[in-house]
Amino acid sequence: MRKVVGPLLAIAIVWGIDWAASRALNPYIYRVLVLCSINVMLALSLNLVNGITGQFSIGHAGFMAVGAYASAAYTVYAVPLMFGAHYASSGWLTAAAFVLAILVGGLVSAVAGFLVGLPSMRLRGDYLAIVTLGFGEIIRVAILNIDAVGGARGFAGIPQVTTLAWVLGGAWLTYAVIRNIMRSYHGRALLAIREDEIAAEALGVPTTRYKVTAFVIGAFFAGMAGALFSHYTYLHTNSFTFMKSIEVVIMVVLGGMGSLTGSILGAVLLTALPELLRFASELRLVIYSLLLIVLMIARPQGILGRRELSFRRSRARSAPTPTIAA
Amino acid sequence: MQEFFQQLANGIAWGSIYALIALGYTMVYGILRLINFAHGDVYMVGAFAAYFLARALGVGTVSSASPLMAALVLLGSMIIAAALGVLIELFAYRPVRKSSRLTALITAIGVSLFLENAGILLFGADPKFFPQVIAPRTIQLWGGVLVTNHQITVVLVSLVLMVGLTLFIQRTRTGKAMRAVAFNRDAASLMGIPVDRIITITFAIGSALAAAAGFLVGLTNPKIEPLMGIMPGIKAFVAAVLGGIGSIPGAMIGGLLMGISEYMVVGYVSSTYRDAIAFVILIVVLLIRPAGLLGRNVTEKV
Amino acid sequence: MIRIRRIVLPLLALAAFASLTGCAKREAEIKVGEYGSLTGGTATFGASSKNGIELFVDNLNAQGGIGGMKVHVLVEDDQSKPEEAATAVNKLIAQDGVVAVLGEVASSRSLAAAPICQNAGVPMISPSSTNPKVTEIGDGIFRVCYIDPFQGMVIAKFAKNTLHFSKGAIFRDNKNDYSVGLANYFTESYRGMGGTIVSDEAYSEGDQDFKAQLTVIKSKKPEFIFVPGYYTEVGLIARQARELGITVPMLGGDGWVSDRLLEIAQDALNGSYFVNHYWEKDPNPTVQTFVQNYVKRYNSTPDGLAALAYDAAGVLTNAMKELQQKDPKAFGTLSGPPNADQKAARGKLRELIAATRDYPGVTGRITLDEHRNAVKPAVFLGIEKGAYTFVATVEP
Repeated sequence: MRKVVGPLLAIAIVWGIDWAASRALNPYIYRVLVLCSINVMLALSLNLVNGITGQFSIGHAGFMAVGAYASAAYTVYAVPLMFGAHYASSGWLTAAAFVLAILVGGLVSAVAGFLVGLPSMRLRGDYLAIVTLGFGEIIRVAILNIDAVGGARGFAGIPQVTTLAWVLGGAWLTYAVIRNIMRSYHGRALLAIREDEIAAEALGVPTTRYKVTAFVIGAFFAGMAGALFSHYTYLHTNSFTFMKSIEVVIMVVLGGMGSLTGSILGAVLLTALPELLRFASELRLVIYSLLLIVLMIARPQGILGRRELSFRRSRARSAPTPTIAA
Repeated sequence: MQEFFQQLANGIAWGSIYALIALGYTMVYGILRLINFAHGDVYMVGAFAAYFLARALGVGTVSSASPLMAALVLLGSMIIAAALGVLIELFAYRPVRKSSRLTALITAIGVSLFLENAGILLFGADPKFFPQVIAPRTIQLWGGVLVTNHQITVVLVSLVLMVGLTLFIQRTRTGKAMRAVAFNRDAASLMGIPVDRIITITFAIGSALAAAAGFLVGLTNPKIEPLMGIMPGIKAFVAAVLGGIGSIPGAMIGGLLMGISEYMVVGYVSSTYRDAIAFVILIVVLLIRPAGLLGRNVTEKV
Repeated sequence: MIRIRRIVLPLLALAAFASLTGCAKREAEIKVGEYGSLTGGTATFGASSKNGIELFVDNLNAQGGIGGMKVHVLVEDDQSKPEEAATAVNKLIAQDGVVAVLGEVASSRSLAAAPICQNAGVPMISPSSTNPKVTEIGDGIFRVCYIDPFQGMVIAKFAKNTLHFSKGAIFRDNKNDYSVGLANYFTESYRGMGGTIVSDEAYSEGDQDFKAQLTVIKSKKPEFIFVPGYYTEVGLIARQARELGITVPMLGGDGWVSDRLLEIAQDALNGSYFVNHYWEKDPNPTVQTFVQNYVKRYNSTPDGLAALAYDAAGVLTNAMKELQQKDPKAFGTLSGPPNADQKAARGKLRELIAATRDYPGVTGRITLDEHRNAVKPAVFLGIEKGAYTFVATVEP
């Protein structure tokens, strides 16, 4: 029973928030909230790879781009064939097509995640990081050269169907899935890999399989985030630069590696901060970068460290926090 | 065949620049295990320092160009960048040195963003024309291959700096101390090596080399702007990893290889994939040799 | 365990502080929004556009504004990213209540922002987005620059019929939508006239080194090289081409014009041609006042983007002036509370912009056609001995 009621309740709450927000808030705040939620999905999914499994990935924008372009291409080229050219006149068909598009984005990105995760069998630490960076760049250059998705001119003609409800739902789903993974037997294995890969291996944890799985799941949700993004704003490769990957890493580290609520907090903070700093006009990004340095010096473990934020005082569900030599 | 040698010659000149920047990455990494993301921006600051120095000294036109003035400008920009590198280390990296490596990395990214945006604010975003401190001349080599005296300067200056650096690290007491700190910081500290000072010196040298690269780029491609360090910075870092990060000859080889392969890709594959192929090569090399071409494959201790 | 309160309260305080600082309300002024790339990869273009608009509006305000009301331009940065452009425009409209929006240079960012302006009923004039799709977004989106098909066709004609070249090479900026668009339409037109493209190579915005591609182009022996990029790279490209012994002329579009082009290229561009909107030595007083004032204020001659931004501000304020004269009541409700009157007033403003005929701009006499695109002549300039010379004017 709970299995049915939970998701239904979630959907109801999410639609309710959207209904209220679209009436009470001005479009600017609404838009920032949507971007916040997309970034929450990105930060949570990267946290699974970076914070929980301890694999250093700086190519997350690449997965987002794969998801964004795959889902957009699906919507533009395949959906009219599957649902008929006039599917957009029906709300249900549009929603169904969009759900499929999000899934397509996630799945294609998951395949990319599998390919990028494979080298993690042989590579460690910074070398793996560079492979992920390279992947992000290769994806961007490849997209620039595909004329069917617009290349440098951007991909036009994608119906803009993303609303706050969709992205909140996406963020909720991402959080729920990754939290459940963390609490499960598998989550403990991932944490073990982060703490000491050799010890984990020695204890019988199939490390390679877990690492690749973490990449695949992380990429899946990043791809979903990309799909939601591509159906929200004009799609162009400039949104998926190396700096975007770095931004997501900052969200995870700032919130606290391995802390899910930390990632949420980091994502919200880092999306809102540049907006709050708009009054500084030209000085905006200078202040932003200085704040970043100061925050890292003041709280090197991130805002939450490895702890989790909770509304309830009593239920501490923090991950074990042994000290390790990083 | 002429085309091939033309591409090769230009690739070597361009690769030398990557190599110079890569050296700074590899030195800092060797000692701190930190990817110094701000390094590409130090290279930019070096180029701007040279730009302002040359204008202050009044060398800008072809008639006032002289090798002596050029050397002066080069030296001046290297000193300014070295000072900047030391300041960055002191105020940004030292406070997070004991924290996790990702924290240090984010700090480095913060410094990088700061330098870029402060550069836009201070210098303006528009590209600046780098003064011609050495009068340009085109020289014909065998078989119709054309190079400029600037490109020859680039290769010669980088060669001198790299040989100098190698000698410094192999032959001097400070160099030996640097190697010791890179090998094991705690042990080096116990042996009485002033680790903090060695780290400072490392940053100073790495930044000075980046400034030299900035000067040389300004000389051959006289256009500088506040964001000029981003792409060369990433590529040079990739070059350092390709050669085996932490290894000085590795950085040189990685840089040259990167420059030459970029040229060959454009010449014989496709120019639209120029930036991507560099990474493809990198990934392939890493899959075959996981620690880069000259990197030591450290066996993990249990 | 950390309680929510410890984190949320400081955040709320910060948000409250930020919103307070943004609330300095001024009376008797008409607010116009501008979004542009003040930071990020194309910060140069954002800065130029900002200068052009600033110059025009300050001048207008010094002359008494519009019917005694000063024009106040609010500028927001989009970090050279499309999603940020949309956010910036959303903020300008929803938070600041601007009456009209000016921007962007890059078509991808104009395309991201235009639907928001269109839905809010706020007219938007893009100074320099050349992709035809931009104004197709809706009846409230205008531009004052050429569109890619027109410019590509004009240059192709010039190469084929005036210069009598039949073998060309293209060197395009593969990351820049303007460059790609122009290259594609040029190729189409030039091939249609019987010309051949022997080589089509690419570089990326911000590159420093082009010799690899130029070596390939050289081996194909073209009669000219078409470089549809921006001055930020073209100067270096020309220089490196000459160093490789390429002597053929280069052709370009309106992205070329800037002081920096000749400063960086020095003698390398002699004998080359490009399209511009005006000639800086044109005796036309509009052009002369603009160039002189710009040089006086910013200490450099304006590039094409500054001139187009200047005209975008001109076309917009011209329509506002007309509205003020024809219908002062509607003009008064433009920046009033959001109601039916205000909506009607903005609709009238939109119609007046659409009706722009022969506006005497710096970049030519601007007439907006039924697709809300500027129709104006193209000026071909040549480069001789390190200076621009007038070659020909091509009527649309």
